[in-house]
Order: sequence, then C-alpha cells, then structure tokens
Amino acid sequence: MAKIHFIEHNGTERVVEAQPGESVMEAAIGNGIPGIDADCGGACACATCHVFVDEKWLDKVGPVQDCEDGMLSVSNDRRPNSRLACQIQVSDELDGLVVTTPEFQF
Amino acid sequence: MNAPKRKVWSMVGRDPETMPLEEIDLSHPGIWRANEYLPFLARLRRDDPVHYCPESAVGPYWSVTKYKDIVQVDTSHNIFSSEPTIGIVDITEEHNLPMFIAMDPPKHDVQRRTVQGVVAPQNLKNLEPIIRERVCSILDSLPLNEEFDWVERVSIELTTQMLATLFDFPFDDRRKLTYWSDVATAIPGGGVIDSYEDRAEPLGECLDYFTRLWNERVNSEPRNDLISMLAHGESTRNMPPHEFLGNIILLIVGGNDTTRNSISGGVLALNENPEEYQKLRDNPAVIPNMVSEIIRWQTPLAYMRRTALVDTELGGKQIKAGDKVVMWYASGNRDGDVIDQPDRFWIDRPNARQHLSFGFGIHRCMGNRLAEMQLRILWEEILKRFHTVEVVGEPERTYSSFVKGYVKLPVRLHPL
Ligand code: HEM
Ligand code: FES
Repeated sequence: MAKIHFIEHNGTERVVEAQPGESVMEAAIGNGIPGIDADCGGACACATCHVFVDEKWLDKVGPVQDCEDGMLSVSNDRRPNSRLACQIQVSDELDGLVVTTPEFQF
Repeated sequence: MNAPKRKVWSMVGRDPETMPLEEIDLSHPGIWRANEYLPFLARLRRDDPVHYCPESAVGPYWSVTKYKDIVQVDTSHNIFSSEPTIGIVDITEEHNLPMFIAMDPPKHDVQRRTVQGVVAPQNLKNLEPIIRERVCSILDSLPLNEEFDWVERVSIELTTQMLATLFDFPFDDRRKLTYWSDVATAIPGGGVIDSYEDRAEPLGECLDYFTRLWNERVNSEPRNDLISMLAHGESTRNMPPHEFLGNIILLIVGGNDTTRNSISGGVLALNENPEEYQKLRDNPAVIPNMVSEIIRWQTPLAYMRRTALVDTELGGKQIKAGDKVVMWYASGNRDGDVIDQPDRFWIDRPNARQHLSFGFGIHRCMGNRLAEMQLRILWEEILKRFHTVEVVGEPERTYSSFVKGYVKLPVRLHPL
C-alpha cells in the first residue's frame, strides 16, 4: 500500500491508497481523481494522464520512458518534471508521492 | 505499366462472408457510400486481422483491423512513418502538400507545438461563448415542421463558421474555406474534381488569399488566431509558401469534414436508436459522454495510412520496408475484444472516451477538444429548442473510403 497525493491545479489535495503494481494513472482513475482522462487506457498513446511530479520525488519515480518522451515532446505544457501517470508504477518506495494535475489535459 | 488484371474494383453487392479474402479491398469508395462496409470489416477482424490486399486501384496495401494492432502501429512511429502521406493514394511530389500530419519527428513536433496553442483548452474557454452564440443563431434560423437538409443548413454552416473564427477569416467569404477543404480531399471523379491537376487553380487561390491575411497579420501585433500564430511563430514564420499552404489546408481539412460529419452522424444515430434519444431528453447531463460515443460511432476518418520504414512483423504477418499499412479506425472502433457491445450506439456507454477516432500516438488529433466542445454546445442548444430532429429520408453518404460522412441528411424539426 502506498499513499499518493494528487494536487489539483487550484490547490485541492486528495490522497489515495494505491496498490503496488498498478500505475499512478490507474490509482487516480480507480479513485475518481479529477484532471486525468487516460483516453488510451494506459498505452502511452494519448498523453491525457499528464502530471507534474513533485521535485523531491523525481529520483524515486525514475526516468521518463522512451514512449513517454515521444508523447510529451508534442506538448507545449511540458516541464522538466512532466510524466505520464500511466508509466509510473506504484511501489512501496513511492509511499507519500506527490503529483500535481494540470488545469487541462490536451 | 501493367494493365490491371481485374477491371471491376468495387465490392458493392459482393458477399462479405464468401468472397475470397485476397479480393477484399476496403479502399474502394463504393462500399462506404453504399453503407455496406461493416460486414467486410467484421470478416477481416475475424478471419485475417492483418490483411494484405495484393491488388487494388491504389496498389497493394495492408489493412490493420483490430483495435490493439492499430494502437501498436499508431504508437510505433519509428517503424511506421507518416511520410510521405497519410492517404492511401500515393501522390507525386508536386501534388503533395507538406503538412505536419504527414511528417515524422523532430519536424512534426516542432510545427505542431507552434500551432496547437490555438486549439489548446485555455484558448477554447475564450472561444466557447462565440461558438455558442453562432450555434444559437444558426438553430434559431431553421424552419420548423418542414423538410430541409441538415448537412447544408447546420453541419456545414456551423463548422465553416467555427473555422472562420479560428482563422479570423473574413466572415462573408467563409464558404471558400469549405470549398478549399472539399477540393483538397476530393478524389478525382468523385464530383468535385476530375483530376489532381484540377486542384491547382483553387488551391492557388487559397494560397493567395491566406498569403494576403498573413501579410496583414505579420505586420501587426501577434493575436490569438491561427494565421497570426503562424506568422509570428519562431518555427513557422519563415515557412516556404508551399509548406504554409499545406498547414493551412491541414487545419481547414482537419476541422471541417470531421466535425461536420459528427454533427450529421449524431442526428442519424439518435434517429436509428429512439430509446437513446429518449435517454438524452430525460438527462441532458449525458451530453459529454454522448459526444464521445457519437465520434466513435461515426468514426469521421475511416483510416490513417503509414509506410513501413523497416521490415517488421505485425499480427504474425511479415511487413516489408516500403509497404503501405492502413489502420482502419472504423474497424477498431467496432472491435468487441476492446469495446463492449461495439455495434450498439449507447450514449451513456462506460469508458466512452476510449475510442480510436482521434488516432493515438504523437499524431493524435490536435483538435479533439475543440471538436468535442462544438458538439457538446450544439446538443445543449438543440435540446433547449427541439423535441426531435427527425430524419425524414435516406441519408446520402460520401464517396470516399477516407472521409466517412454525409452529403445530404433530410430532416424535419419538431419544436418543444
Ligand atoms: C470529430 C472530429 C475530428 C476527428 C474524428 C479527427 C480525427 C483525426 C485523426 C484520426 C487524426 C490523426 C492523424 C494521424 O494519426 O495520422 C487527426 C489529426 C489532426 N487533427 Fe483531427 N479530427 C477531428 C477534428 C479536428 C479539428 C476540429 C481540428 C482543428 C483544428 C483538427 C486538426 C487536426 C490536426 C492539425 C491533426 C494533425 C495532428 C498531428 O499530426 O500531430 N481535427 N485528427
Ligand atoms: S493513459 Fe494515455 S498516455 Fe497515459
């Protein structure tokens, strides 16, 4: 079990209990977190699960995957801490992870 | 040149269940206009999901018909290129307009980033009141209780007005946009043009017109319309004329037929499924979900084409470098392995956003939020005015295996 904090663009914070093995996107969708659409269902093919990872957690979540890099590089909204939530696997290590959702998914 | 062995390419009237697999040719427009394509798609999904058509009017090509295979092709841009074109017809260099939909990274990414701001959700918020105003005035001008063509009076008119807004294009000339879009997507012999040479004159006129707008805007402050963005954008302001025209056409075409045919398709689908229409009247809150379902059900672009860059394998088939690979979104959207009850038009469908109509991967539709917004506003306003938009005659469908849509849809309005 890992607690994940989702902060909406307006500051509203929600905490969910995620299962190791699922993705951060699945944890969000499964718990009705707004701001994540996940139109492709986790295939790294739509970029509508874009999140910004809190700086302190960047090392722990690991590097951007190749497929993610391709999708993120067509976005105007990309920042150094941009990730696709479907490509971050939940683990005990990530207990306490903080991510912010963008105002709009594109 | 070898003379084609088969003279009759059309599959209209042939039996999808028994005809030899290798003769199935989805590229021929006939079965799409005749609305006979679905059983052919179902046959391929079942018997030969990655299918080779050795001979057709557009040459040999692969058809990919299962949802998951389509996603795989769409996300493997290093293997399946969008260059030189995303249409099934190979066109010669001189008739090929450069546009980022038909470019690979890095050029694609740079150009897309430059123009996508205009349809970014932030900008759409500003556009929403204007679009709503235009929707209302179109709907309020329609005759009640008498037959008219929905395609002409609503679908075309609304999409054209929306495009004019995006480009900040002189409003009274807006039908030119529709015309240029029709010319750019037309197949020779389909009624709009007789040969690709026929495109030269209207497209030249289009280029001149937009060049004039460009010159006006490059000399004034940057604004939020597309032309101004292109004229001032770092990666686009030195674009050669040919490429400028390509991108203009891309945005006109991208936003034109697709949205137009979703507007018509929604009316038709609700008429064919009266119980869904009743659900909608009872609960307008379902509109955003219904919009996604309409776009899946209609699949306004039946396919996108890729070209294999290397030898590769897909669904157990050996694809060779240089082969044409066609992803039939119209088929993937009916694939029961991924989509529950795929042939049902179901406005409160769970996971309705999960469909292929916008493509996936780096070329995923740039205008998807704009299209959804237009359809949402339209249906919100329709429900405030009319009890039923009744289809009162057979729709006439587009002669194309690419643009899946309607030429005519006779309707009668029943007020609340
Ligand atoms: C229901 C309406 C629409 C549908 C079904 C649709 C469908 C598609 C599809 C399937 C693609 C993928 C192309 C590929 O993978 O090769 C695409 C790309 C694109 N669409 Fe749309 N579209 C719609 C509305 C719009 C609108 C309103 C615009 C207006 C701006 C637009 C602009 C574009 C552009 C610019 C691309 C190219 C993106 C790229 O290559 O990165 N589309 N569209
Ligand atoms: S869900 Fe589509 S990219 Fe993550």
